[in-house]
Amino acid sequence: MSGFVHGLSYGAVIVTVLMTVTAFSLWFERKLAARMQSRLGPTLVGPAGILQPIADVLKLLQKEDIVPLKADAVLFNLAPPVAVVCAIGVAAAVPFSPTVVAADLDVGVLYVLAIGAVTVLPVFTAGWASNNKLALLGGMRAVAQSVSYEVPLVLAALVPVILAGSMRIGAIVQFQSDHHWFVAWPFFLGIPAFVIFVLAMLAEANRIPFDIPEAESELVAGVTTEYTGMKFALFYMAEYVHTLVASAVASALFLGGWDGGPFRPGLHWMVLKTLFLFAGLYWIRWTLLRFRSDQLMRLCWRYLVPSSIALVATAGVWVVFVG
Amino acid sequence: MNFSVSEAVFLLLAFATVFSASLVIAARNPINSAMALVATFFFLAAIYAQLLAHTIAVLQILVYAGAIMVLFLFVIMLLSLTDLGAPGPRVTFHRVVGGAAAFGLFVALVLALLRWHANPVTGRPGSGLRFGTLEAVGGLLYTRWLLPFEAVSLLLLVAMVGAVVVAKPRV
Repeated sequence: MSGFVHGLSYGAVIVTVLMTVTAFSLWFERKLAARMQSRLGPTLVGPAGILQPIADVLKLLQKEDIVPLKADAVLFNLAPPVAVVCAIGVAAAVPFSPTVVAADLDVGVLYVLAIGAVTVLPVFTAGWASNNKLALLGGMRAVAQSVSYEVPLVLAALVPVILAGSMRIGAIVQFQSDHHWFVAWPFFLGIPAFVIFVLAMLAEANRIPFDIPEAESELVAGVTTEYTGMKFALFYMAEYVHTLVASAVASALFLGGWDGGPFRPGLHWMVLKTLFLFAGLYWIRWTLLRFRSDQLMRLCWRYLVPSSIALVATAGVWVVFVG
Repeated sequence: MNFSVSEAVFLLLAFATVFSASLVIAARNPINSAMALVATFFFLAAIYAQLLAHTIAVLQILVYAGAIMVLFLFVIMLLSLTDLGAPGPRVTFHRVVGGAAAFGLFVALVLALLRWHANPVTGRPGSGLRFGTLEAVGGLLYTRWLLPFEAVSLLLLVAMVGAVVVAKPRV
């Protein structure tokens, strides 16, 4: 029972912190993007515009809630909250420090991948239930992309699992703490696996350069075309929470999690690494262009899948003969 | 009547499973059916998790809800089965055979349930906590059931090659 109470209380704290960080990361992103484009970004609400996310939410709450006449109302209304739940659900198995974790499952990595894989279902459902051609096209793209990038994502996540000999994320971090971070040694396995993991995770969260499901120049707003007000905001939030949680997973699997190298380990290292990676993803987002659908598939099947299979095989050889 | 918490949770999950499973066959639209099937898989996974079979629970979500259902939905959309056409004759060969099979299964289950009597869990206390872990399942899979496991993977390989052959105009 104590495990249940522990999981519930830490889960509540983690979810609250995640949502708050997500809200203010919107402000951070807008400021960063503005700096990159020689603009000022939000300045009016609060000091340096920091209260802008709160103003945005208040505005969205007042919007009219529209359900298209020929839409499938149940699925249409169900999709946005399910998207958020899937995105937050991943966080349950991510250890932020040896104690700050909702449930350090012995199948942790598998759980994270499973819930991550399901995130495409609400996106697809939204696309279909909207009864809108553009939304449907966006949904189909999302499915094709997610099914393809699932393969390199799973294979890249398998590399730290093989090296550490456990699927418990806490044990993987502990292994890196006792030996080396996987991006440091064996770096020829760690770095490529980390890069592939981050790319595939961007594709799964439908972020630029992989945001073809909502390519606004072709599909208006893709699956979110018909959504208004808070329901639209929920999709937006799901995307950001997914990226944030995936950054945390990547930090734990490859960057040593709560281990601080020569310094005292602790929660702050995990938070720092996660936010650093998250900010890096914003940088990518505002730098790169969107891929075309066929380029996306070519990158996945021609390059990422074969190289990740090679990485997994090499990791096995490495563990048997060296590690 | 006094339930323990886990019994109450089980009943809740069981009802939810049966309800969403019946939605699968009751829904008019194939996509609604498929979504109800996804819900069924999730509730089943929750029941597995309650039985401490975490590996099976997670695999249920990863493989069935995450991969197979996504492909199902994709195929349904590509074929666009929205128009089911006029209803055919009410009594067909398939319905008779299917009904008979379902009734047979029902009778078998009722007989089995009537014979069943609650007996206490055997084995050492705490041993039940181990059986669903990744180590336990993986150990069994790669030692005792290695041959069937490899045979299944060969079967999947054959299916994959078959799919490529069917999809390509010229091999």
